Amino acid sequence: MADVNLFLLQLFTGLALGSVYVLLATGLSLIFGMLTVVSFAHGAFFMVGAYIGVYQYGVTGNFWISLVVVPLVVGTVGLLTERFLVRPLYGRGIDYPLLLTFGLSYVLIEIVRIFFGVQGIPISTPEGLRGAVNIGVGHFPLYRLFLIVATAVVVGGLWLFIERTRFGLIIRAGARDPEIVRVLGIDISRVWLLVFGLGTAIAGLSGILAAPIRAVTPEMGIPVLVESFVVTVVGGMGSLAGAVVAGLLVGVVFSLTSLYAPAFAETSIFALMALVLLVRPQGLLGRAGLMG
Amino acid sequence: MLAVDKLHAWYGRSHVVQGISLEVKAGEIVTLMGRNGAGKTTTLRTVMGLVARRAGSVRFDGAEILSEPPHRRFRRGLGYVPEDRRIVPGLSVRENLRLGLLASPRLREEQRLIERIAGTFPRLKERIDQDGTSLSGGEQQMLAIARAMMSEPKMILLDEPSEGIMPVLVDEMFALFRKMKESGTTILLVEQNVERALAISDRAYIMDHGEIVFHDSAANLIANQEIQERYCSI
Ligand SMILES: Nc1ncnc2c1ncn2[C@@H]1O[C@H](COP(=O)(O)OP(=O)(O)O)[C@@H](O)[C@H]1O
Ligand SMILES: [Mg+2]
Repeated sequence: MADVNLFLLQLFTGLALGSVYVLLATGLSLIFGMLTVVSFAHGAFFMVGAYIGVYQYGVTGNFWISLVVVPLVVGTVGLLTERFLVRPLYGRGIDYPLLLTFGLSYVLIEIVRIFFGVQGIPISTPEGLRGAVNIGVGHFPLYRLFLIVATAVVVGGLWLFIERTRFGLIIRAGARDPEIVRVLGIDISRVWLLVFGLGTAIAGLSGILAAPIRAVTPEMGIPVLVESFVVTVVGGMGSLAGAVVAGLLVGVVFSLTSLYAPAFAETSIFALMALVLLVRPQGLLGRAGLMG
Repeated sequence: MLAVDKLHAWYGRSHVVQGISLEVKAGEIVTLMGRNGAGKTTTLRTVMGLVARRAGSVRFDGAEILSEPPHRRFRRGLGYVPEDRRIVPGLSVRENLRLGLLASPRLREEQRLIERIAGTFPRLKERIDQDGTSLSGGEQQMLAIARAMMSEPKMILLDEPSEGIMPVLVDEMFALFRKMKESGTTILLVEQNVERALAISDRAYIMDHGEIVFHDSAANLIANQEIQERYCSI
């Protein structure tokens, strides 16, 4: 019985970890599905979000304000990035924006080092979200539970936005066929701008949400970027449902191997990716041939 | 309504449209004909703003639009139904129709406009909540036309609407074009179905190797078997 409970608790830990991946991969997928841009700055935006959020928390002592401020600020950085750096590269092949965002991520890391130092900064678990709650199989950290709920709220909100609003319809149609959307009067470059900003805002939000369970350092986004790509590949590039399923799956696989075979935890998610690619090259929920 | 003057267009280095001039007056149906590969689709795409490398002049409703992006041209009242219909997969018939209204100030009247479209296209109404790509080829073509008509454009560019469609639906479609003309829509039609197209057209242009090689009233062209055979035989 104790073993089962331990397993279930670890499963929940995996879901909490996976929640962060879900948010990151959702943003990546949204941006890729719409703009065919692979944003290598996604991990850096995650890190910038964590820093801005922790800084704001330190100043006001109110964590909740960070959850509003961070997506706004990081989203704005995203808008500027698309408008002035990525946009001039459209029509030149997928590697141009990829290299550009890769370079940008190092610029952002360096800027953060200049302002906040190379050491990283501490953050305490926000008040009201400390301690643990009994979830039936044992005590589970309240903050991790909050992380799962917050992710569900964001993903649910995003789903409603995409399925139910006018702009969401443009996103769904524009991801499949940008040209038809243009000849029906939509300024697609504005749509791309806003989608890049939205995806980036979600990356920033996931940064501050993850901050209390991770070390906040200038380099924190680098492994996260790699893991998020694993998630998008497992879920299927450009598929939002795939990002959700694969994010949780990767989190759970990582966390269960940490429990039973800790030496293989890091490798396990890559093994999962290799397995999925062998069986379904387009990812669990991806469309075949999206990358041409 | 539309005046194209010495229009050129290129795909990469290949010079596909080589200095063509044509005119469509308000209320007319004009057909653009010619063999496969003559450059008809490219001409329509250039008029709609979808070809990056182009030169010359395109005037629509009094304004020079050659360097305007497609969405501005749409907002001026220029509609376009592309060659391959382009019904967006994953979207219902209703959502596909809604797409045609998104950039229109009449978005609020959606329900009424969809009802009106349904009067013209009863088949679409029956399938309004189905995935658009589950329709038959002809129905998808009707949907593509309906979608472009949602915003009531002044003029519409139609690229081979009857291609690959059951004969019954082709009849319905040409009857529809007549009705559209009667209600004041100007039409530039690209068609391989020469006989049917000429029967409803005012004038026609024939294109070959990127140039306009012949131009006359539809009535004269119907009588001119020699020209038809020379440039349009498939
Ligand atoms: N996207 C493209 N890239 C390069 N060449 C193209 C492209 N589309 C069409 N062409 C070429 O341009 C010429 C004209 O094509 P098109 O305008 O489609 O003719 P039509 O509609 O009269 O059959 C053809 O030789 C075709 O091969
Ligand atoms: Mg053609």
